[in-house]
This record gives sequence, structure tokens and C-alpha cells, in this order.
Amino acid sequence: MMNIIEVNKENFENEVLKSNIPVLADFNAQWCGPCRSMKPILEEMAASNPGYKIVSVDIDDEDELAEEYGISSIPCLIVFKDGEEINRSIGLISRDAIAELMEG
Amino acid sequence: MYDIVVVGAGPAGMTAAIYARRAAKTVLVLEALNYGGQIVNTPDIENYPLESHISGFDFSAKVYEQAKGLGAEFVFEKVVEIRPEKDAKVIITPKNTYTAKTVILATGSENRKLGLEDEDKLVGRGVSYCATCDGNFYRNKVVAVVGGGNTALEDALYLADLAEKVYLIHRRDSFRGEEANAARLKEKKNVEFIYNANVTKLISEKRLKAIEVTDKIDGSIRTIELNGLFIAVGRIPENQNFAGLVKLDDAGYVIAGEDCHTNADGIFVAGDSRTKMLRQLVTATGDGAVAATEAVKYINNLETV
Repeated sequence: MMNIIEVNKENFENEVLKSNIPVLADFNAQWCGPCRSMKPILEEMAASNPGYKIVSVDIDDEDELAEEYGISSIPCLIVFKDGEEINRSIGLISRDAIAELMEG
Repeated sequence: MYDIVVVGAGPAGMTAAIYARRAAKTVLVLEALNYGGQIVNTPDIENYPLESHISGFDFSAKVYEQAKGLGAEFVFEKVVEIRPEKDAKVIITPKNTYTAKTVILATGSENRKLGLEDEDKLVGRGVSYCATCDGNFYRNKVVAVVGGGNTALEDALYLADLAEKVYLIHRRDSFRGEEANAARLKEKKNVEFIYNANVTKLISEKRLKAIEVTDKIDGSIRTIELNGLFIAVGRIPENQNFAGLVKLDDAGYVIAGEDCHTNADGIFVAGDSRTKMLRQLVTATGDGAVAATEAVKYINNLETV
């Protein structure tokens, strides 16, 4: 759990929107099986992509963020570059599909 | 060359790997997504012997550790083709080529779609195939479930405790799913049953807003305003890449009996992707054991010839 940063509505702006490097935000919840299944994949991606920041948003704790980004299906991955959403995907996806998403 | 390559790391494939390792064979499991397969969508397994309650994800994580602990290798790549050559099966992924003496297909199945216009576009915007993943977003809202099997009944039960109202739309007049689930559902005051009907249109404005439901008997059309539509109309086997390799039935399942033999030499099949009566966790793991045992026998025969 070292490589993924837990974010909340207090630090979202600093960690995600104002980040100097692209950010992959994983909107997830504890009770969601596919989200838990994707976690180890994201851990690996974080470890092997130092030029990328991967953050996790627990939608139960952070319902305002979930609402703001219109999340209604999880796992939901959103890629942010310079504070802008540039890509989004829903559901458990493969390593290659995540890599593609990150490339924009 | 591996003794056995298993395609798919769901319960069937991982159990096959366990049995193969216990028989001292080398095993590689290739998986497109992550270990677990569709069971990770199940929040609570109550019908698998040993544990009264376990989540699908926890179950699959345990089996994964067990298989790895016994020495099975796992690589996360999607198998796109299998070529049966003279001395080996050649297994091809977008990144690598592997060879094995035998192959066990354990690819499982994926969600069947309704096939309606905009269905793909509305996934995550009101359309869902996983009530336990997305149900929470529909607290005190209006939702519909389409389908008549166990998944549809379980989804409707799960949603009935969250949503304000649940429509259950089924194309027949009785359910295929377990009677116990249907009975529980009939006691829920916020569930309305719509029988003999199909969802024929998705009406949206950025998000899903309503659905059109057509009565199969009199052809009448009813529009239902709602926030979410949960589609549970069954699964389709993921065997498209192997149609030239092994015989499939009309629905796309690999034709095989209880012995898990396909029509192709040295290629076995386990779990939901084969023709079978009951597709459950316990029958998938049972298949894994049978397929691996048959594969081991096949390999041992090769060596004695």
C-alpha cells in the first residue's frame, strides 16, 4: 500500500489537480470485489511508473468527490493531467488497458 | 515447455493449477485481467462447503495464494490463439508465446448484453451489470433489474434493501432462479414484477432517464422513468478465440462431458465455459480437479509411449 496515496476532499486539489505529473485516480470502495481485485494491479503500476501518481478515493468516505466527478459505477479510473480529466474507464480492466488509459 | 498451461485464473483454472502441482507437473496460468474471475463480483458466498460466509474476492485471493504456494506460475496476459502443433500446443498472447504439453481452457464467461442502442455508452451512467458494485449509488432511487435467473433475483433482492423501488422485468412468466430467492423477493413491498416483457429502448439525456418496456403478449409499450437499470440476462462463454481449436455448441460453450475432454487431443476444459448443467463455484472447482487429473494422465501416457 506504499505506492498508492489515499486522497480525500481536503488534499484532492493538492495531490491531484495541482500535481506536476499525471495522476490516475482510482474511485473504489471496500465492499466492491472488482475494486479490491484491481488494487494489486494498480500497486504494480504505481511501482513501475515513477512518472505517474496513483491515488485512491474511497467513495464511501468521500461522497462529495464521488458526486463531483459523477461516479455511479466502480471501480472507476480517471486520469488527470494539469488538473483536467483526460480519460476515464469503468470496471475491472487489464494491465494493458490501464497503461493505455494512462498514455491518454 | 510447460506440462500444463491453464487459460483463465478463475476458480476452475486455479483449482486445476493446484491439482496439477500436487501431481508434480509444471503449470503456467495465463489470465487476461486478474485472478478470481466473475466470483469477485459476489459479495458473500454462502453455498461453498467449509465457510458459511466469505466474499468472492477473499475466496479467490486465498485460492490464488494456495496455487502460488504450491508452485503454479501466473502471468497476466490474454491468450489470443492456441495452435496445436505436432509436439506441443503453442499458446500465443500479444506479448509472448508459450508451449505446453496440454492446455486446460478455463475462460469462464462474460456479461450478456441486451444489445440495445446506447447500452455501451450508458454503462456507468445508469446502466450496470453488477448490482453489488453499483447498487449503493441508487440509494432511495428507482431502479429496474432485467432477467429471470439467480443473478437477477439476487440483484433485485440486494437492490430492494437500498432503492426506493425496484422493477423486475422478465421475458417469461416464471423465474429460472431459485425458488427461495423468488419467494423472498415476493415479500418485498417495493418490488414490482413485470412478466412477459422485454426492455426495448433506453432513453437518456447524458444519463439513463427511462426505459421502454414492451409486453410480449399484447405488444403494449410502457415507459418507466428510473435512475438505474441492472442487466442480468446471463453470461456468454469467452471462447471466441478458440472456435477453430475445439468444438463449441450453438451458444458458444466448449462441448465436453464430466471428464472435461474436448474433441481436440490434449486440450481440456473446466468451469463455466463448457457445456454443463450447473454453473456454480463448487462445480467449477470440481471441473478444475477433473481437468487437471485428465491432463496429468495424458502427459504420463505421452511419456510411456
